[in-house]
Amino acid sequence: MAAPMLRWGCRGRRWAFARVDGGSCHRRGAPTGSTSNRIRGQSSVAQQPLHTAQKPRKGEHKWAAVVGLEIHAQISSNSKLFSGSQVRFSAPPNSLVSFFDASLPGTLPVLNRRCVEAAVMTGLALNCHINKKSLFDRKHYFYADLPAGYQITQQRLPIAVNGSLIYGVCAGKKQSQVIPKMVRIKQIQLEQDSGKSLHDDLRSQTLIDLNRAEGQLRVDANISVHHPGEPLGVRTEVKNLNSIRFLAKAIDYEIQRQINELENGGEILNETRSFHQKLGCTMSMRDKEGKQDYRFMPEPNLPPLVLYDATSLPAGADPQQVINIDQIRETLPELPSVTREKLVQQYGMLLEHSFTLLNEVGLLEFFQNVIKETRAEPKKVTSWVLNTFLGYLKQQNLAVSESPVTPSALAELLDLLDSRTISSSAAKQVFKELWKREGKTPGQIVSEKQLELMQDQGALEQLCHSVMEAHPQVVMDVKKGNPRAVNKLIGLVRKATQSRADPVMIKEILEKKMSL
Amino acid sequence: MLGRTLREVSAALKQGQITPTELCQKCLSLIKKTKFLNAYITVSEEVALKQAEESEKRYKNGQSLGDLDGIPIAVKDNFSTSGIETTCASNMLKGYIPPYNATVVQKLLDQGALLMGKTNLDEFAMGSGSTDGVFGPVKNPWSYSKQYREKRKQNPHSKNEDSDWLITGGSSGGSAAAVSAFTCYAALGSDTGGSTRNPAAHCGLVGFKPSYGLVSRHGLIPLVNSMDVPGILTRCVDDAAIVLGALAGPDPRDSTTVHDPINKPFMLPSLADVSKLCIGIPKEYLVPELSSEVQSLWSKAADLFESEGAKVIEVSLPHTSYSIVCYHVLCTSEVASNMARFDGLQYGHRCDIDVSTEAMYAATRREGFNDVVRGRILSGNYFLLKENYENYFVKAQKVRRLIANDFVNVFNSGVDVLLTPTTLSEAVPYLEFIKEDNRTRSSQDDIFTQAVNMAGLPAVSIPVALSNQGLPIGLQFIGRAFCDQQLLTVAKWFEKQVEFPVIQLQELMDDCSAVLENEKLASVSLKQ
Repeated sequence: MAAPMLRWGCRGRRWAFARVDGGSCHRRGAPTGSTSNRIRGQSSVAQQPLHTAQKPRKGEHKWAAVVGLEIHAQISSNSKLFSGSQVRFSAPPNSLVSFFDASLPGTLPVLNRRCVEAAVMTGLALNCHINKKSLFDRKHYFYADLPAGYQITQQRLPIAVNGSLIYGVCAGKKQSQVIPKMVRIKQIQLEQDSGKSLHDDLRSQTLIDLNRAEGQLRVDANISVHHPGEPLGVRTEVKNLNSIRFLAKAIDYEIQRQINELENGGEILNETRSFHQKLGCTMSMRDKEGKQDYRFMPEPNLPPLVLYDATSLPAGADPQQVINIDQIRETLPELPSVTREKLVQQYGMLLEHSFTLLNEVGLLEFFQNVIKETRAEPKKVTSWVLNTFLGYLKQQNLAVSESPVTPSALAELLDLLDSRTISSSAAKQVFKELWKREGKTPGQIVSEKQLELMQDQGALEQLCHSVMEAHPQVVMDVKKGNPRAVNKLIGLVRKATQSRADPVMIKEILEKKMSL
Repeated sequence: MLGRTLREVSAALKQGQITPTELCQKCLSLIKKTKFLNAYITVSEEVALKQAEESEKRYKNGQSLGDLDGIPIAVKDNFSTSGIETTCASNMLKGYIPPYNATVVQKLLDQGALLMGKTNLDEFAMGSGSTDGVFGPVKNPWSYSKQYREKRKQNPHSKNEDSDWLITGGSSGGSAAAVSAFTCYAALGSDTGGSTRNPAAHCGLVGFKPSYGLVSRHGLIPLVNSMDVPGILTRCVDDAAIVLGALAGPDPRDSTTVHDPINKPFMLPSLADVSKLCIGIPKEYLVPELSSEVQSLWSKAADLFESEGAKVIEVSLPHTSYSIVCYHVLCTSEVASNMARFDGLQYGHRCDIDVSTEAMYAATRREGFNDVVRGRILSGNYFLLKENYENYFVKAQKVRRLIANDFVNVFNSGVDVLLTPTTLSEAVPYLEFIKEDNRTRSSQDDIFTQAVNMAGLPAVSIPVALSNQGLPIGLQFIGRAFCDQQLLTVAKWFEKQVEFPVIQLQELMDDCSAVLENEKLASVSLKQ
């Protein structure tokens, strides 16, 4: 059917499906509690930092939240998980539907090799155990966008299990300090995506698109609250969250709702809920059919998926017919946690800066290229890349690859700054010019705009003198002991030099002249 | 010409004794004459004639595609045929025209075969009589044979002949009737628990079930995916081997087909000597319900092998008796799953209720499926419920493993081929057959055949002799997995020994004198 998805926990086109299993977090920083078995079908149970929960009142137990995430991620592949149909974003509805996708009688699933490789790679990246043998299952339910009446997934024996992911949480007084946390991943499974239902309420019709390439990420969150040390609470499942922001909002809302409900003597129902984006709240989906029995059974048309490693690879095996885990491991790029660690070690960078560098596609490479070509201190480079450069990109909503400023140009600019050829404010001006894409180098801009710092002490002294003479009142103020007045004079001198003079130097001259 | 085997008529085509178009027209005319048999659901006359025309061109240009070029064949109506309605004998798929050919159909067409039509069956192949399809029951051509009629005349108790017709067995009864009545030279059936071998035995044909994984299921509308195999119905073993040669091989569209090289083509040597063979006779197959005639022919056949020097030993398949109930659980569970797609949304029947999607599903499925199908869906869903899954489905899977291991053990002990009955008795009259419900009949009729499907083994039913009533009786040979060629080689030797008589339908088709030209002696006895 649709585009392939990796499911780390939900339904989808070819998804590898990761089930991250979680623990409960009793209090911030405390070790996690036991794994919750109740969260079947979920993928990840992340810990919810306690600050989202209500502050305990005096004499009351603290609340702890337990959160599990089922993450459906679409695999980047040319064709679907079980058919040769293409996957293409925003293709016209039902234009990429094979006979199998439409569940025509007699059609059979054929597993897409690329999707298996992607699932293995994901499993390796998430420190999972890769199952050398995994199985496919049918999960049954009647819904118009599921034409076969069942979905092929990996319920019993998924392709990867027992992984972990280190991530950073902003915390601390300024919310800027990053604390590394670990989430456990229960399983990753390959799963066929369902179709997309488009409800036309006006005509009371439902239209089905079997292309199924609508979203790249979808998350279901399972949430419960309990008092630490007591059994886990009843969970609810908030379905179909399609952005990180909404995911966070939905979880925060649901935790608070459950706590309020329980503190007011109510009870939590084991139900599915949806998140209303505008109202920012979760609502019961009121599933008419009550609890579904998915009647899982083995998919008889797909033999067990067998993977090999260097030790188990049969001699003379056709490389087109086998998948070698070790080979995939070799193609795995350096993982973000390793890169971040290196950045901190090598450049003395703050951990949070290393997160920012890695979170933006291409930013790290840009940074490294600048570092390579400039004499400037890594801290200076970090500051320019993360503040000035990233700020410009964000403001204009550009990707790193679309930047008008090349790493070389920024490196040259930082060299000029480093050699004190230009002032820091002149450097900002040069950067602004570079952003205009006029094909000029920083050096050209500096000379055209005459932005070099005035190095001529005599000329600068002359200028200072003129300014003092022209503003006797301000000079008086300085002498009376108003410190701000000095700054005013400095500003006036800088203006006269078209910002080309080093303010420190100006200050020194002025102070000497006024004998302060 | 019509009474000949596929191999003979293929030679005649090559020698120019007859053209594909002439052959096609003769078959079409016979299809019309035998319409009352209800063997075909759809006759694809135009398609067949066009294919014949193209075949004729090839022969003229000396570019024949091989043994199947110009040969009329029929296909059970549960195989997808591009542009030709494919109904599974169900209201649910009436009017459904697939946009693609099943791999096996495509392979036959690629070899130049002429598709005469789609044959009748039990709805979605669920049955053992070819009596439970929405287009009505199939009549066994032997009901109208000289052999049977003459025996009936001698019997003073025989009732009204017209209402006394016999069933073909099933569920591939339409395919069996089509080949048996000379309307084509080979037909595709499907075999999940015996659906090809059972009607073959009742209609005096060779009915072959290949090893699971040897022939693609892509395009076969499934009954039980893990047991379904396309089956082959022909008049002799060599013909079955020719068709198998065209069909066998891995299919990228069916992941359960095997890649290991299999000897192809399936040319069968004429076995001169059976003294190196070991024939196993499973003692559990001697059941009280077995008719004395079938039992006697079975033991005569064993004697025949022994007298020709083969080693014949009694073997045990101890889990045989659990096969029926095990099959019931696995079959209905897969049926429940496979039938889920028939919801009236994408294709096939849709009722006109539009209160809600759920109401539409329910009414569509109620109208679309017969009681047999609905009953199996209900049972299957029950077995798959979370609370029942371990106790039924998982247990049945374990029993299936034991049954399969029974065969492995026997073959590991040195047995080459097993010899068993195919059916309990010869074909029974329709009126008698329908006294019992589909489920009872199916479980009785499948007892010798269905364990083979659980184990994925190749098996073939060979017509042996006529009963006292003048009706065909078949015996079954079961081979090792993927030793299909060895199995057919033994079957071919046996077929040669028994000289099964050709059906005599001259009264039925008095102007089709060609039918008789190949007639053999109506000898019923086995050589001993």
